[in-house]
Amino acid sequence: MQLDKLILTLVTFTPLLGAIALLLFSRSNLKAVRGFALAVALLTFVLSLHLIAHFDPAQSGFQFVVDVPWIAAAGIDYHMGIDGISVYLILLTTALTPLAILASWSLTDRTKEYFLFMLVLETGMIGVFAALDLFLFYLFWEIVLIPMYFLIGVWGGERRIYAAIKFVLFTMIGGVLMLVAILALYFMHGNATGDFTFSYPAILATLSEKGFALTPQAELLLFIAFFLAFAIKVPLFPFHTWLPDAHVEAPTAGSVLLAGVLLKMGTYGLLRFSLPLFPNMSHLLAPLISVLAIIGIIYGALVAMVQPDLKKLVAYSSVSHLGFIVLGIFSFTVEGIEGAVYQMLSHGVSTGALFLLVGMIYERRHTRMISEFGGLANRMPVYAAVFLIVTLSSIGLPGLNGFVGEFLVLLGTFGVSPGHAAFAATGVILSAVYMLWMFQRVVWGEVTNPHNESLMDINAREKLTLLPLLILIVWMGVYSNHFLRPMDASVTNLLNRVENPQGGDVRTVEKLFR
Amino acid sequence: MNIPEINIYSILPIIVLSVFGIAIMVIEPFLPSRNRATSSPMGWLAFAGTLAAGVAIIPMRNHPGQAYSGLWIVDEFSTFFHVLFIAIAGMTTLLSIDYLRRESINHGEYYALLLFATAGMLVMAGSNELMMIFIGLEILSIGTYVMAGFRRTDLRSNESALKYFLLGSFASAFFLYGVALIFGATGSTNLISISAAMARPDIQSSLVYLSAALLLSALCFKVAVAPFHIWAPDVYEGAPTPITGFMSVGPKAAGFAVLFRLFMTAYPVIEDRWTDVMGVLAALTMILGNVVAVVQPNLKRMLAYSSIAHAGYIAVAFAANSQQGGSAALFYTLAYAAMTLGAFAIVTILSRAKDEKVQLGDYAGLATKRPGLAALLSLFLLSLAGVPGTAGFAGKFFIFRAAVEANMTWLAIIGVLTTVVSFYYYLYVIVQMYMREPGEDFSDARLTPALILVLLIAVSGTLYLGILPGKTLEWTAASALHLSL
Repeated sequence: MQLDKLILTLVTFTPLLGAIALLLFSRSNLKAVRGFALAVALLTFVLSLHLIAHFDPAQSGFQFVVDVPWIAAAGIDYHMGIDGISVYLILLTTALTPLAILASWSLTDRTKEYFLFMLVLETGMIGVFAALDLFLFYLFWEIVLIPMYFLIGVWGGERRIYAAIKFVLFTMIGGVLMLVAILALYFMHGNATGDFTFSYPAILATLSEKGFALTPQAELLLFIAFFLAFAIKVPLFPFHTWLPDAHVEAPTAGSVLLAGVLLKMGTYGLLRFSLPLFPNMSHLLAPLISVLAIIGIIYGALVAMVQPDLKKLVAYSSVSHLGFIVLGIFSFTVEGIEGAVYQMLSHGVSTGALFLLVGMIYERRHTRMISEFGGLANRMPVYAAVFLIVTLSSIGLPGLNGFVGEFLVLLGTFGVSPGHAAFAATGVILSAVYMLWMFQRVVWGEVTNPHNESLMDINAREKLTLLPLLILIVWMGVYSNHFLRPMDASVTNLLNRVENPQGGDVRTVEKLFR
Repeated sequence: MNIPEINIYSILPIIVLSVFGIAIMVIEPFLPSRNRATSSPMGWLAFAGTLAAGVAIIPMRNHPGQAYSGLWIVDEFSTFFHVLFIAIAGMTTLLSIDYLRRESINHGEYYALLLFATAGMLVMAGSNELMMIFIGLEILSIGTYVMAGFRRTDLRSNESALKYFLLGSFASAFFLYGVALIFGATGSTNLISISAAMARPDIQSSLVYLSAALLLSALCFKVAVAPFHIWAPDVYEGAPTPITGFMSVGPKAAGFAVLFRLFMTAYPVIEDRWTDVMGVLAALTMILGNVVAVVQPNLKRMLAYSSIAHAGYIAVAFAANSQQGGSAALFYTLAYAAMTLGAFAIVTILSRAKDEKVQLGDYAGLATKRPGLAALLSLFLLSLAGVPGTAGFAGKFFIFRAAVEANMTWLAIIGVLTTVVSFYYYLYVIVQMYMREPGEDFSDARLTPALILVLLIAVSGTLYLGILPGKTLEWTAASALHLSL
């Protein structure tokens, strides 16, 4: 079908076209600008529904593939396609972006540029999840930085400039090393097979079948370069220091997309590239990486506990939750990896909602200090109810979305290493501690601060922003199979590749290090 | 004795530029001088000259091969640089028209010098013989010395010219000395004969090495590769802004054109040595240029250091010593010209008489005052930094690709890491424009047709080379093919 060939391109570039069209709008026409931006984001969402509606869960390969030469002289193609893992991440992106736009409705400062950057950002994020050409992937990967840099730097808080530059430089360092690794892989593949191409499926196919094997040294270096890029983005402990700064200073919508989607680019990269391309090194270094992930889980939770600032608390909780995802990925089990993907989506939904909620009271009070609040339930009952559900979802209450992912990750990890699972499970307990304690201090009790006496409950627009996320929280908690089954084929396929690496053998690689 | 065949077509662009240059000098005295503050007929005449020279490339290209007893060569490589240099000259002319009026130095000689300097660059690109290259180098240099000091009542402009002249003379001397030594060793100054003579067993290798070192130093000076870059920041800062733009793209590209042709044609015998040396110099240049650019408070000076850094990137492609490297370097000079001239166009528009408002702090809040100009400058800066989708990224990508291919992965790693450093200072300008409170008033910065034209060319070049580099890459690859014999 013609549409199937075109749909990925449409989904990816509709926001960009919208952004270009936005240039033609008059700066003063605030309503038209944000209305148009929302319409574009919604249109993108509707288009992306086609992907899931026509997705064939039985197929393990890439679907909706489009592959046309782009820079032929360099072996670069415009090559896009999705599988059971990326289809959800694209949907997450297209679903969160309109909500983020809705959440920015009351913005008045330079709205045109703001929405323009939001739309460009959306194109970048979708592109990362859809690109199958390594060059194209890198291009989208870096493009994402620029709109986010502006969103933080122009519309952020006090220390926004510091946070914006730190965000860019941290992510860049990982990214550029990955670029060199991509080039090295390209030449190794080209010299071995005579086919100079950046096509990920082509390189993967020859890596696993046709006798193009990386030497252990080469595989190690390439793995490290890719891993560094992804680990900084995740962020895995100890590469996480940019995250709290970026989150605290970013405007609400920026935080929603940063936590909801941008961090997932890192874990997605691990799944899509690190594991299949470098299975030997992934196995070899898995214990080390798992330990870092566990440290991240516990450290993130402990630090979150003592934060006086709501946004910082949520930011550190992200470090903790993302640790689970990495742990699941490096368990090399179906449960662990499906749990990781599930947790990626679920964290996007819950943390997205948490940032929206924090943003709503920040807009009213212009502070995010926990100590400034208390007793909000008396003044904002609807808000309090929503907040409670989201808090519980973030903790991982059974029946809500957060539980499924964490449970699967722990299940997968336990089968491989009970000790790891035991340590990681403390993260679940700690998350209950910091989230409930925070919730108690902000929402329960009497109104102690006179500034909170006259707070208005959330309005219709804010309800509309939160409603889709609430539905998802319950849906993903109850009918997890709706989401899990379509990934089965892709995850099994991935594991096959990781468990049966051709060429190098894990043991010979280990010898190298003795 | 045979009279060598005179092939006028193969040097037609040079003839056209020279004729226009002389015409400007001759006509100018007869023009009424009172109009100087309002109109610049000589500027537009010079622009017409560059257009005509551009057209003259077509017949030149149709007469490929050596000419004038092997002094001159017309191939894809020289054609490429003819196109590049004439385009640079045209854009610089357009940039200068308003600038000169504003600075009250609207003299025709300026344009004549610009055309002559461009002719010098063309001579450098098409020469197949060391003395010819030297003549081209001198024509270019003398023109640039004068243009650098063209704001003659301004101290910094004088300093700029004097510094450039003194150090440039050293470089010329180095070059000549190198030519003398290689002539002594091989008995020829023709590149192809030199290359043939190098293969002889009785060649004195010390002379070969010494000459290579001298020639390399002289040319590294011209392209401002560390440690021969010391002159560049002061010279760039003091020169008139359009000339700063010209100097950071034109002579740099010309220097690299000679480096490529000279070393790949005449010195392949010792290529292991000079590629190593060049690799180290490239690394040094990238590190030094980028790191020092971070602390510059003056935009022109910052761009000067960034231009040193960019010379480092092109030097990486040179050190790769391959067809890919040559192709990448050519692509980069093109991309670099588009984005740099674009950036200098914005600086020219925003600066005032006597070069005021070129401090980074002056750009605070520009995005609220002049959103269009701020957006364009951001685009050029992001391209210089190497953000995907822009010419700068495509260029860097091809260069690092060549480096990895040539087993110089370490150089590529240094390259990408210094790119991260460069993000800091390019983004800092954007920080000023978008994230700080408005300061200076820029409401009187005028966009004239000439400047709009420059910006249009620069923007379309930056985006076209960034998004659809394929066609251009094929062209540069074909041009670089003629390099190695």
